[in-house]
Amino acid sequence: MSEESVFSRKDPWFTASVGLTAAIAVVAAIVGFVWLPYAQPGLRPSSLWDAICGAAGVPRARSNAAPVSADFVTSKAIVTSGMFDHPSASSIGHGATLALQCAACHGADGAGKADAPGLAGQYTGALYKELKDFKDGARSSSVMAPLAAVLSDSDMRDLAAYYAYLPRMNEAEVGTKRAAPHIVRYGSPLHNIPACGSCHDGLMAGAPWLKGQPSVYLEAQLAAFANGGRHNDIDEQMRNVARRMTAAEIDEAAHYYGTQK
Amino acid sequence: MLSSRRLILAHFWLAFAVFGLAILLGAWQMWVRSPFSGWISNPEWYYRSVTEHGTVMGYVFPTLVAMGFGYAISEAALKRPLIGASWAWIGFGLVLIGAVMATVPVALGRASVLYTFYPPLIGSAYYYLGVVLVVVGSWIWVALMSINLWAWKRDHPGEPVPLAMFANVAGSLLWGWTAVGAALELILQILPVALGLRSTIDAGLARVFFSWTLHAIVYFWLMPSYIAFYTIFPRAIGGKLFSDTMARISFVLFLVVAMPIGAHHLFADPEVGSGFKFLHSVFTAAVSVPTLLTVFTICASAEIAGRLRGGRGAFGWIAALPWQNPLMLAVAFSFVMLGFGGAGGLINMSYQLNSSIHNTQWVTGHFHLIFAGAIVIMYFVIAYDLWPHLTGRAFADFGLMRVQLWLWFVGMIVVTFPWHYVGILGMPRRMAYYDYADPQLASEGLPVALSALGGLVLVASAALFLFILASNQRGSRTAPDEYRFSVAVHPPTSVPVALNGFALWLALMVGLTIINYGPPIVQLWAFDGVAVPAVYVGVER
Repeated sequence: MSEESVFSRKDPWFTASVGLTAAIAVVAAIVGFVWLPYAQPGLRPSSLWDAICGAAGVPRARSNAAPVSADFVTSKAIVTSGMFDHPSASSIGHGATLALQCAACHGADGAGKADAPGLAGQYTGALYKELKDFKDGARSSSVMAPLAAVLSDSDMRDLAAYYAYLPRMNEAEVGTKRAAPHIVRYGSPLHNIPACGSCHDGLMAGAPWLKGQPSVYLEAQLAAFANGGRHNDIDEQMRNVARRMTAAEIDEAAHYYGTQK
Repeated sequence: MLSSRRLILAHFWLAFAVFGLAILLGAWQMWVRSPFSGWISNPEWYYRSVTEHGTVMGYVFPTLVAMGFGYAISEAALKRPLIGASWAWIGFGLVLIGAVMATVPVALGRASVLYTFYPPLIGSAYYYLGVVLVVVGSWIWVALMSINLWAWKRDHPGEPVPLAMFANVAGSLLWGWTAVGAALELILQILPVALGLRSTIDAGLARVFFSWTLHAIVYFWLMPSYIAFYTIFPRAIGGKLFSDTMARISFVLFLVVAMPIGAHHLFADPEVGSGFKFLHSVFTAAVSVPTLLTVFTICASAEIAGRLRGGRGAFGWIAALPWQNPLMLAVAFSFVMLGFGGAGGLINMSYQLNSSIHNTQWVTGHFHLIFAGAIVIMYFVIAYDLWPHLTGRAFADFGLMRVQLWLWFVGMIVVTFPWHYVGILGMPRRMAYYDYADPQLASEGLPVALSALGGLVLVASAALFLFILASNQRGSRTAPDEYRFSVAVHPPTSVPVALNGFALWLALMVGLTIINYGPPIVQLWAFDGVAVPAVYVGVER
């Protein structure tokens, strides 16, 4: 057990191994941190230190260029899961009063009709987000915009709470259930389309419940997302999905949800 | 005579039992992704299976083989009973409990995060704790190997440490230090989130920690095979080891350069600077040195055996080799697979070439060819070679073994070559579904189908392997002679101090780790605002 002696400059194994390892490390470091940064076209280090820091992965100062901004109004609605839980009875009651002016299109029971979506039993977050987007101009509609413009933030919360409180239509009233088509159950993996339910089954705050919505309305919205006419989805999620869906898939999805409640 | 036979057999049997289950999952995965099968509809099933396959094949199976083989080497090479056998049983128990603890949440779909963890994916805490237990169990083995060596050296001052034990301890020390990276990732990053103490995770830093483990773990898997190359193969074919010193140099080189090179797994990760990627790339290239030394030394040893058996001329010695010997066959197959796999590895570690195959099926093909091919085929023959000494029963004939090894070799080539090819075509890995009806993917259908058939051949080979081992335990009893290792042409009488211990090489290993990993880790640690929300897998909705 005389291993202490190995750490000695007299031991040729020590000098050779440490020397060789250090030499490889130093040469590799000079190539990787100095030579390559200068050799790369388009990458012009301002100094030797800049070259070394860049190659070491130290973040550089942020660009001063102005950020790119959208040429349309983007959604300002902030909806998180749980933020609308447990509304008070007075909030629902006030919402019911306000809802009298919605009944002409959306029905007294909130069931909707061909060109107006059903609201009864919809998620509070989705209702609130759409009202706020109509008010802010992130979603355009000549009918909804003037109606939403006069609503205060608490009005919108109350309306949302009221419609979420109403019962959904009975399944028996909208025909028999059928098996969900492929696009609804699994999406289209090859086109990067997730299953509809992965967001719309209540998993993503702000995404609406789709079952029982009028097929014509759903098809029109998918078309609007696809051509950019509707753009109040966050991070282009629905626009990206709708753009990649085939006409047959849009038809299948819209008709499936149109017969569901 | 080996005195801890039950301990060693327990390790090998558990290793091969979990291997037998995990290979079925592997074959199933290949089948459902091939044109033979429609889509399984729920990709979660696929990821669940991949997680279990990887966890067993990456953590449990090779660790148990290295542990069992290590205990056998310690007793056979040092010619004395294992010190700390009861501790070894505790280690075995921890690995067993850990394996079960990790498997249950995976089977329930609560931890489909793949065995490389992939933060910010977060699965059940029990999964990670199970993996930690497997590692802790193996660390007991790491400690026992060094303790046994130390006790032997104390009693044999100045004598050269037997090569098999020297290599065995090198492997254990490599694993001890390698596992620290994943341990840091689990303890500092993943477990606090999995236990609900935090909800965000610095995925970049976690990936850097994991890369610390991710590449050197391959050399830990490789160690038993290399030990078999040097210390079993020359003896088994009736020859001598060409050079004892060359063997020692190879093993200490693995210790030094196998570790600080993992960033070549992160070439596409923006959080690591290009300078460090280059540095790791250079040291990855250096790992080819001990492998080339090994190929040279083992081929030279085979030539000695061939000439001793009467082979003449430039190539006549090759024909004179004992090709009916399973070990001869396995080493030849292993070298062919190591050659192709190594050549592919040089492409993986080259910063620019890597970008053409990064995250494609090429990578899956590469590590199956190296690990499941070149390495695991040696695990088979290590078991064949040790088994009579463990069970006290001789093998009746070697014909079935040769069939098994041929099936494994052919199966592995058929599995991995098409994977390399479709990887070049751009087929991504870790996907549950490919639509071969799509014109862009249609050309990948035939090679993938071939590859899936190769998977079935591998299952047949694995079944045959388990059958051969099991039927030996019902064979006729014999009294096996002492377990021997290869003798070198010039057996060492005195060895330089540097090659009789590990102090110098451990210092270099830790030093290089600090140089290559220290700055990126410190920088990512100090960099605020990069934590991302965890993505919980399999939570109740």
